[in-house]
Amino acid sequence: MTELHDAFAAPGALTPAGAEPIVRLEGVEKYFGSNHVLRGCTLEVYPKETICIIGRSGSGKSTLLRCTNFLEEPTVGTIEVDGLRVEADPLHAWDRDHQERIRQIRLRAQMVFQEFNLFPHMTVLQNLIEGPTRVKGVSEAEAVATAEKYLDKVGLREKRDEFPARLSGGQKQRVAIARALTMEPKVLLFDEPTSALDPTLVGEVLKVMAELAHEGATMIVVTHEMAFAREAADQVYFIEEGVFVEAGPPDEVIERPKDPRTQQFLSRLLHTV
Amino acid sequence: MASVPASAVMVEAVARSRRRDQLRFRLSFFTTWLVLVAIIVGGLVAAKKIDLEFLGRWQAFILGGIPITILVSATSIAFAIVLAVLGALGRLSSRPVIYGLASFYVSLVRGTPLIVQILFIYLALPQIWLGFAGVPTIVLGIFALAFNYGAYMTEVFRAGIQAIPRGQLEAAAAIGMTDQMTMRRIILPQAIRIVTPAIGNEFIAMIKDSALVSLLGVQELLWRAQRVGTQNFRALEALLVAALVYWILTIVFSLLQDRLEKRMAESDRRL
Repeated sequence: MTELHDAFAAPGALTPAGAEPIVRLEGVEKYFGSNHVLRGCTLEVYPKETICIIGRSGSGKSTLLRCTNFLEEPTVGTIEVDGLRVEADPLHAWDRDHQERIRQIRLRAQMVFQEFNLFPHMTVLQNLIEGPTRVKGVSEAEAVATAEKYLDKVGLREKRDEFPARLSGGQKQRVAIARALTMEPKVLLFDEPTSALDPTLVGEVLKVMAELAHEGATMIVVTHEMAFAREAADQVYFIEEGVFVEAGPPDEVIERPKDPRTQQFLSRLLHTV
Repeated sequence: MASVPASAVMVEAVARSRRRDQLRFRLSFFTTWLVLVAIIVGGLVAAKKIDLEFLGRWQAFILGGIPITILVSATSIAFAIVLAVLGALGRLSSRPVIYGLASFYVSLVRGTPLIVQILFIYLALPQIWLGFAGVPTIVLGIFALAFNYGAYMTEVFRAGIQAIPRGQLEAAAAIGMTDQMTMRRIILPQAIRIVTPAIGNEFIAMIKDSALVSLLGVQELLWRAQRVGTQNFRALEALLVAALVYWILTIVFSLLQDRLEKRMAESDRRL
């Protein structure tokens, strides 16, 4: 039925030779009720690679990303992150063992949300150290040092004691990226990170993301920003009705798409911009 | 001389006229209140229905109930908050037994009159176990009020918890928090902010309902007023004083609550 080897995957330029994939999604399917949203997605991401998943809204791209860290439990399929394999098990989704394995996946794969989802009752710094201190058991001093390092990286060191409501959308998203980084994950998942932003603020967030990609962070990015995909992605996956129909380096998939569905999607996207 | 544009003159005139209207409104408002109070008090005194000498003799005793009224209300509301948090968690639980316990509690309390609950705890419980007869009545009163308000506030807290956006839960899950940790660190702190104004309303209602524990002989405001009023055949004066004190207390706490809410709104803007 589903090919469980990702025929599209190829190590990116930064990937060390002979590396194994750090993220593997195998035959991931997801139903919402009777709605078959994901119809068997297989994806391999190598260390230091940036993958962009593109597709129209409703194509299943966000759902696939949310299945990767089990914010949605896949109906069937296997997720592997940094050597930890977890089989989808919707019948026992709330079992303690399964929940614990999911939690371990989440510590390895941090997510950045479209709506930022910063904790409004905490300062920027508190937002950043909450996970490391409460969940990972890192000492507060150490967590603060890590947090400040990543606040520097996103250029918001001076906002460390501010509350999120005082920040612009772009700043909020950069803080959210720093929060994910402070957890020191193996992979970063971005779920349409610029879609909720005022157009004038998109640039500052994409710049941070592109820097991360060039420095060798492993990233899976669901996005509509073709310019970003072109510049930062090692592989671009086009998803349609819950399956990947085309994948490859951006200068192939975006510049010279082969599949008519990809061509139609891209031409429509480029003509509306 | 630089000429002021006509529009600026107009703006100034409109502002002045609005200030004048506001002042006039306030003046009339206060006068209305003053006249009403004067008519009621003055009328009663003038008609020689009020025994001022009685009031002078007993007012200290009656007013001595104020601290007890406030103590009973504050303690009851504190325990009610604890019950309400537990009740709300129960009402949101996916475990049938816990959900059952919480909804049973809420249904039982909301389905019976407060006065029945108070009398039940005071009169009926000692019949089940005599040990209850030895419990100080103020403790029984606080227990009854907290038990009752806890159930009503359960719904308030439940709504507060449900008002937290889903994204907060997802963000907490995404950094690896367990459900319990998410509740304690992310949901409840935000929910409590949301329900703070509602807690203020409940406290003001509690001040008035605390009068019911006078039935148990707790020597709060109403008990004292009723006691000296009936003993001296001066119920009018005594109850008037009690009513006035309750009224003033609710006004004072409403004002405090307004201040608190404004402060919170301001800090939200600062946030």
